[in-house]
Amino acid sequence: MASKDKSSKDKNPDESTSEVQAADVVLDTAGGMLEPSLVPVSSQSGDTGHRQGSLLRRIVMGNGFVSVLAVIVALFLGGLLIASTDGDVAETSSYLFARPTDFLLATWEAMTESYVALFQGSVFNPRQGFQPLLETLTVATPLICAGLGVALAFRAGLFNIGAQGQIIISATLAAYVGFTWHLPFGLHLLLVIVMGVLGGAAWGAIVGILKARTGAHEVIVTIMLNYVALFLLDFLLNTAAFRRPGDNSPISPRLDETATYPVLIPGSRLHLGFLVAVLLTYGVWWMLNRSTIGFEFRAVGANLVAARTAGVKVPRATILVMAFAGALAAFGGVAQVAGTEKVLTGGVAAQIGFDAITVALLGRSTPWGTFFAGLLFGAFRAGAVQMQIQTGTPIDIVLVVQSLIVLFIAAPPLIRSIFRLEPKKKSKTPKVAPQAAVANATGGAK
Amino acid sequence: MKNPLRATLKRGSMAGVATAGAAALLLSGCGAAPDAGSGTATKSDFVGCIVSDAGGFDDQSFNQSSYDGLKKTEKDLGITVKSAESKSNSDYEANLNGMMSAGCNLTFTVGFLLGDATKAAAAANTDKHFAIIDFAYDAPLANVKAVVYDTAQAAYLAGYAAAATSKTGKVGTFGGIKIPTVTIFMDGFYDGVQAYNKAKGKSVQVVGWDKATQDGSFTGDFDKQDTGKQVTLNLLDQGADIVMPVAGPVGKGAGAALREAKAAGKDVKLIWVDSDGYLTAPEYKDLMLTSVVKQMGEAVEAVVKDDTEGKFSNAAYVGTLANDGVALAPFHDLDSAVSAETKSELDALKADIVSGKLVVQSQASPKK
Repeated sequence: MASKDKSSKDKNPDESTSEVQAADVVLDTAGGMLEPSLVPVSSQSGDTGHRQGSLLRRIVMGNGFVSVLAVIVALFLGGLLIASTDGDVAETSSYLFARPTDFLLATWEAMTESYVALFQGSVFNPRQGFQPLLETLTVATPLICAGLGVALAFRAGLFNIGAQGQIIISATLAAYVGFTWHLPFGLHLLLVIVMGVLGGAAWGAIVGILKARTGAHEVIVTIMLNYVALFLLDFLLNTAAFRRPGDNSPISPRLDETATYPVLIPGSRLHLGFLVAVLLTYGVWWMLNRSTIGFEFRAVGANLVAARTAGVKVPRATILVMAFAGALAAFGGVAQVAGTEKVLTGGVAAQIGFDAITVALLGRSTPWGTFFAGLLFGAFRAGAVQMQIQTGTPIDIVLVVQSLIVLFIAAPPLIRSIFRLEPKKKSKTPKVAPQAAVANATGGAK
Repeated sequence: MKNPLRATLKRGSMAGVATAGAAALLLSGCGAAPDAGSGTATKSDFVGCIVSDAGGFDDQSFNQSSYDGLKKTEKDLGITVKSAESKSNSDYEANLNGMMSAGCNLTFTVGFLLGDATKAAAAANTDKHFAIIDFAYDAPLANVKAVVYDTAQAAYLAGYAAAATSKTGKVGTFGGIKIPTVTIFMDGFYDGVQAYNKAKGKSVQVVGWDKATQDGSFTGDFDKQDTGKQVTLNLLDQGADIVMPVAGPVGKGAGAALREAKAAGKDVKLIWVDSDGYLTAPEYKDLMLTSVVKQMGEAVEAVVKDDTEGKFSNAAYVGTLANDGVALAPFHDLDSAVSAETKSELDALKADIVSGKLVVQSQASPKK
């Protein structure tokens, strides 16, 4: 039903202000969107080039400004949370009235120390220079790949919860090729990538086929395939073929040197997989915005019936988009086994497939948005290590704080209402009033 | 419509926060300030660090015991302790690198999953010391001490005690994940039961594990207590009246299932692992026959103490019955359920194992 609202809106692009507001709706809804059918619609306007509206309003209402405010609010709230779990703060609070400065100082120190550690662990510190930034890029690589897979499926109206399973299958196949076959450099890595990606693509295509042929809902199919992949991996790790000779632990042999991504900058863990992720991001952007198949994907996502009427082969598009999504997630799996871990274990996929959903939504389902959201998540994951070690903040609190930051970034309307940055739309001409109401409602409700 | 709602919400929440805050301050903020400059305990500049595996320091198993052991040295030896909890396998290398730049003298890593990461960190930081819990390398590394346990020895005694105490002639066991540190318990338990059968001409059966085929019941993780409960109910249905869960916190699920069975009138008992469950899981102490204990905290303390005194060595520490690294816990409340004859037989078996006359074998035993 929301897609109808949207399509009716797209039909009168004559009014320039309406374009601005339509774009606002798009941006507002994309972040907090939970209904699958809405996601692709919101992402329809690949161009954000509306030039109307006053400059000040665009800055204040723009996403950049709201995002900055979001980070500030989240940092403040997170800081309070860190302070509340800090030993010194608890100690000084017991004599708050006798000497309040101690308490305030301890609170301030707990907050700042943690964030300094987060920054030092993810971007720059005097000891290691920009080494932490390279670590951030390393951690972000599989998140970006998997996030692209989720985002691409979103654009075609499919909610791909299956990145986790696609990563696991690709990591399994890629690792197997990596430690059983012994081939020269170049060819070996290529085969590792090809096998992994084919595995992920097949795992995704299964979902597409089931959806296209039988109408099975992709959410349930992907979730179940995640379990299939996970327990299949657990089973395989208990077979002799996947274990180290003479060892009963469920851990595979290390991949051959020839099977792993070369390290880009010596001394860091940053590997070629990151450049692959950059290329993939560009590739997905190109596919969605410049290619026929990408147009078909978006058409199916925007309005399935209309797309079918217009001659798009919907089943074919469904199967293809899921195969592409699986292949993209598979690059994440390959980055794990051939990039950072270099072995296959039961936990090879960590939470990447699920974080990828957040990354894709945070990136508003656009390729470059996903890329930068992936970097943000990578920075958080990399910085969490220093935050934990330097300040003794429990890792669980670190993750709570980081999730808060994401929550605020993903919900611009919340920030707007906190800072009373409500768009004033009541003075507009009656002609655009209904749309303003829609914008207001979506903006305020989420 | 939404504006008044938000206003109400805001007013309401602000008032609530203010009240709660004020109350908290009144309740907690009235203590006297300490004198400046107090609390100057002598501190060593030794930094001891620990990196958990993905189970975390609250796993009620080896991560937790090792962490507690290290925490204890912070007080006893005055060293600085740093800890990093891993949330996934990708964190191991990053956490270890973080520890290296945090200036750790001795770093503990927990579990076989950290084997590769520890090896890499040890090779890159030859001036630093490492100790890895529950894992040993085929070829020992110069600056890594392996801390492993021949748990099968203590589990053997538990199996013997269980077989002697069972009323139904069937005892059960299940594991969390099929890894050597788990199956070693089950192998020892199995052999202990067979030893009893051989000595007494009985045929007590083990359900949930077959040593010959290395196959049995597993819950699939160390988290879901509910699965542990299901598996235990299954073992009870097959006739077992004593169950040994080797699954960390999942053991509590077994406890819950046994509690229900006991309420239904069955005479059932629980054997705990890793720590003395009578103390660490007191809610099930009335069901607790005994526990197969791995003294991990003590081993960690000993390694730290040696290193602060400059006596670090890379020789593996193998916990056995002989050095009290593994042990069978007391029977506590169920002492009367075990006959004096069985107790003396257990003592004799223990003496035989300590002297080397009796060798308990398992595929998972630490390599000598």
